Amino acid sequence: MKYVEPVGETPIDRQRVVGRPTPRIEGPLKVTGRAHYAYERHDVVEDPLYGFVVGSAIAQGRVTGFDLAEAKAQPGVVEILTTTEMEALPLGLGNSTTLFGGDVIHHYHQAIALVVARSFEEARAAASRVRVSYARTPGHHDLASIADTAPFAKDGDKGPDVSALGDFEAAYAKAPVRIDATYTTPDESHAMMEPHATTAHWQGDKLTLWTSNQMISWGKDSIANVLGLKPENVRLDCPYLGGGFGAKLFLRADAVLAALGSKRTQRPVKVMLSRPLVFNNTTHRPATIQRLRFGADKDGRMTAFSHVCTSGNLPGGDIENGVSQSRLLYAAPNRYTAHRLAELDLPEGASMRAPGEAAGMMALEGAMDELAEALGMDPVELRIVNDTQVDPENPERKFSNRKLVECLRRGAEAFGWDARNTTPGGRREGRWLIGHGMAVGFRNSIPRKSAARVRLSGNGQVTVETDMTDIGTGTYTILAQTAAEMLGLPLEAVSVTLGDSDHPAACGSGGQWGAANSTSSVYAACVKVRETVATRLGFDPAKADFSDGSVHQGSESRPLADALGAGEIVVDESIEYGDLAEKFQQSTFAGHFVELAVDAYTGETQVRRMLACCEAGRILNPVSARSQVIGAMTMGVGAALTEELAVDTRYGFFVNHDLAGYEVPVHADIPHQEVIFLEELDPVASPMKAKGVGELGLCGVGAAVANALYNATGVRVREYPLTLDKYLDKLPAIA
Amino acid sequence: MKPFTFERVSSPAQAAAAAAKSRGARFIAGGTNLLDLMKLEIEAPTHLIDVTQTGLGEISATGDGGLRIGALVTNTALAAHERVKRDYGVLSRAIVAGASGQLRNKATTGGNLLQRTRCPYFYDTNMACNKRVPESGCSARGGVSRQLGIVGVSEACIATYPGDMAVALRVLDAVVETVRPDGSARTIPIAEFHRLWGDTPHIETALEPGEMITAVVLPAPLGGTHLYHKVRDRRSYAFALVSVAAVLDAEGRGRVAVGGIAPRPWRVEAADAALPDAAAAARALTQGASPTDQNAFKIALVERTLAGVLAKARGEFA
Ligand SMILES: Cc1cc2nc3c(=O)[nH]c(=O)nc-3n(C[C@H](O)[C@H](O)[C@H](O)COP(=O)(O)OP(=O)(O)OC[C@H]3O[C@@H](n4cnc5c(N)ncnc54)[C@H](O)[C@@H]3O)c2cc1C
Ligand code: SF4
Repeated sequence: MKYVEPVGETPIDRQRVVGRPTPRIEGPLKVTGRAHYAYERHDVVEDPLYGFVVGSAIAQGRVTGFDLAEAKAQPGVVEILTTTEMEALPLGLGNSTTLFGGDVIHHYHQAIALVVARSFEEARAAASRVRVSYARTPGHHDLASIADTAPFAKDGDKGPDVSALGDFEAAYAKAPVRIDATYTTPDESHAMMEPHATTAHWQGDKLTLWTSNQMISWGKDSIANVLGLKPENVRLDCPYLGGGFGAKLFLRADAVLAALGSKRTQRPVKVMLSRPLVFNNTTHRPATIQRLRFGADKDGRMTAFSHVCTSGNLPGGDIENGVSQSRLLYAAPNRYTAHRLAELDLPEGASMRAPGEAAGMMALEGAMDELAEALGMDPVELRIVNDTQVDPENPERKFSNRKLVECLRRGAEAFGWDARNTTPGGRREGRWLIGHGMAVGFRNSIPRKSAARVRLSGNGQVTVETDMTDIGTGTYTILAQTAAEMLGLPLEAVSVTLGDSDHPAACGSGGQWGAANSTSSVYAACVKVRETVATRLGFDPAKADFSDGSVHQGSESRPLADALGAGEIVVDESIEYGDLAEKFQQSTFAGHFVELAVDAYTGETQVRRMLACCEAGRILNPVSARSQVIGAMTMGVGAALTEELAVDTRYGFFVNHDLAGYEVPVHADIPHQEVIFLEELDPVASPMKAKGVGELGLCGVGAAVANALYNATGVRVREYPLTLDKYLDKLPAIA
Repeated sequence: MKPFTFERVSSPAQAAAAAAKSRGARFIAGGTNLLDLMKLEIEAPTHLIDVTQTGLGEISATGDGGLRIGALVTNTALAAHERVKRDYGVLSRAIVAGASGQLRNKATTGGNLLQRTRCPYFYDTNMACNKRVPESGCSARGGVSRQLGIVGVSEACIATYPGDMAVALRVLDAVVETVRPDGSARTIPIAEFHRLWGDTPHIETALEPGEMITAVVLPAPLGGTHLYHKVRDRRSYAFALVSVAAVLDAEGRGRVAVGGIAPRPWRVEAADAALPDAAAAARALTQGASPTDQNAFKIALVERTLAGVLAKARGEFA
């Protein structure tokens, strides 16, 4: 189905199944340990060997030699593969440095050897006896020290990543109220529960990878490319992932090394990255330095708007696009936004949940709070005054549906925003300083091609097959809901198979595009199934109503199963998009509100409550959508208050490479969260009239926390995370 | 992990004998620290002596009104003990401020005292570390040191003793009872139990090789208000940036010890004498501090945390 025009009324609008709060259908498998994750595929692989990855001890330089004698003599060792045995492997999609091969070291814990043994313990023990000699070379490991000289990033083949409109400098100089603030965000780790893991097995020249990957078709093409295989000889299978947050968008060393180890040993080999390797071997969200300058009239209307973001990466690596949302969020006639990219010899920077948006919104919405203060204006009103219904850089282009003002008003009311104290540092309860902060949440909705197969058989059993993934988000359930709604069947009649590259290629899970696009593909396939059913039953496909396991037209009714006498119905269909995304900006919106307590003595923080009021089109399953938003809000609290990959700028690596040192929030940090969804439909975005929601909850929430910290203490901290060492000396004196 | 042999003993005497027999041996109690270190090969014992069945899991009253806590009493049981909660509240509070419920169920009194530092470089075997490999250098100096020590540290090592329970034991003047490999028993005051690093940061306590902790003895109760305030970046499951254990009267006089800043729970006589003046006590506690740029904030944090504890002791807030 090519989606070129916003759709009118559809069977989905009945919302008998879709839109109803529905517990996830694969939940019982997960809580009873019957959902098999990549490292535990004992259901399909017998007697595997275990591979343990050795990471480089240096960040920059060359491997000059291996001494494997002691390691090879360890009990249980079957094989040891070293990086110097082969040329550097070609890059997979989205990789900026090779995953294995060659003697050049680009970053700390780069994979340099794989020890394959009978057991995990034996492989690990032998791995520590692999002796490696290195020639170290110096590199740049400190973004701050080279940011000033970083060149503009390249925007594809469009030249430098600079966007200007009107005359920013002149308007800024004239503006009666001005803000000039520099914010920094640190390197962050996805820190998902399940590390990267793959079980690999060759049969002849055919390779199967049971792996943990968000984007099955990218992964399949990448492994084929990296190992020089024909794509049709590769199969990836990934029914479940224990989280990813972008860490598993692209091929990683676990998959490559499991495949190489299995090839060498002619046995199934499984490889899981050890937790430290997750931090330094794989990818992270790059740190940013962001300068924001706003000029506004006394009434709060911005006349001049500038946001310049600098990040670093390995040569060939991407930017952390902190300005993408700034180009769309607020009206201002004179604008200047740009991105600079420094070459930095740290591990590979790449996408992490809301890549660019999350870091950018933390700076943008902090600076907006500063502007509100400079104007003496309510921060909510400032956002409303500067709202736009068109793309500010291209006023011809409207938003498909932009209900930001409604999100803010409704959120403020539900939160009790008006009852807050507006004097920074002015509210104290016992030992606690209490503050409130808000910020806008804003993330785009991205149409992407996605395909699925829908099979109707038996007496009305539906099977949905696609290589779409469920990374813990609830995809199984919303695909089943979609098929059930379209065919007028109960949810239980639908079974869903995901993550198998032999099935039609879906959009995958990333960029909060998964839900809207993958359900749209099932919708599209079901439209065709309905046509076949109606025709077989002698009904008019345009008029037939599918309800309660039957098909109705006028006063006539026939069981759906009657259509299957002539055999099962199988439809492969995809959703593809025309130019609606060029004509309309498609985005999702939220108002984030936070109450924070700060210990007046020690500076410790305690989030007391959070509320997000969101607009994301049709909410397909309020249960899993809420989970997505509160999970993202939690991640935003981590980003605001604790999460930071600490860089050793001498040796060029992230020092706190475990979950004790990299502090994500714990339950005690998150007492109370509330999510409100506006009841909206966005037929421009997708035939499901849905947009994404998985990243919206993260965008902006960190700034709401920071703004609450300011309101509580009167101290503005622009360097995330807001750990107490950054403001302790500025807190009000203690008696 | 290196291969090792394993035996389980059923009395402290057997434990001592087993330790005497094998030089590279280690006791294992809850295993919550030792096993992690063995997986990373930071510790590589050739022999493990399981002491969990040595009958040291009891808490009993002593003749002078104190308590004897067997070395194998779990952190959970100790923190929940009626008399501990009533008479030694600072200890109960310190324990529950540490680790997580699951870990405290396994962790033991003896093992907790002997937990090793959390310096990140100590945990990365690619990095030089005098504590892990004597004389190899200290990567934390000039590196990431926000969590590390400011007083009592040395040129060779700036790590901290990271635990909570021992900070309370220090303020209570507890005594550690041990048995040596030759079978002889001795007692070590908690003040002398953890060593300053000096030139030998790999030697962390007064214990001799093979010496086993059998009990920790608390003197008769002190009365007063018992408080423990642990400052950390998140509200649970994190080690202290600074912690304060205090036993105070209503005016704020009494005793304090500080965790998270030194190789041992930090208690200074002059600080106790300066109470209830938080600033003066903090000055005494941080006197001679040699912080790094990254952890200099701990000096102010000691004072502010102490001030909060004193305000609470005075009943200024719940
Ligand atoms: C994730 C995590 C978070 C933590 N957070 C905190 C925290 O916030 N605060 C805190 O204080 N602690 C914390 N801990 C540390 C925890 O308290 C210790 O791991 C635990 O107390 C150790 O007790 P154990 O019985 O398991 O010791 P083991 O691991 O069994 O032993 C530790 C050491 O003591 C020796 N040993 C054990 N028993 C004896 C004995 N009777 N005589 C002589 N030697 C003995 C062993 O040989 C070993 O060297 C944390 C630990 C983890 C893993
Ligand atoms: S501070 Fe101590 S533990 Fe840390 S690296 Fe230096 S010597 Fe090792």
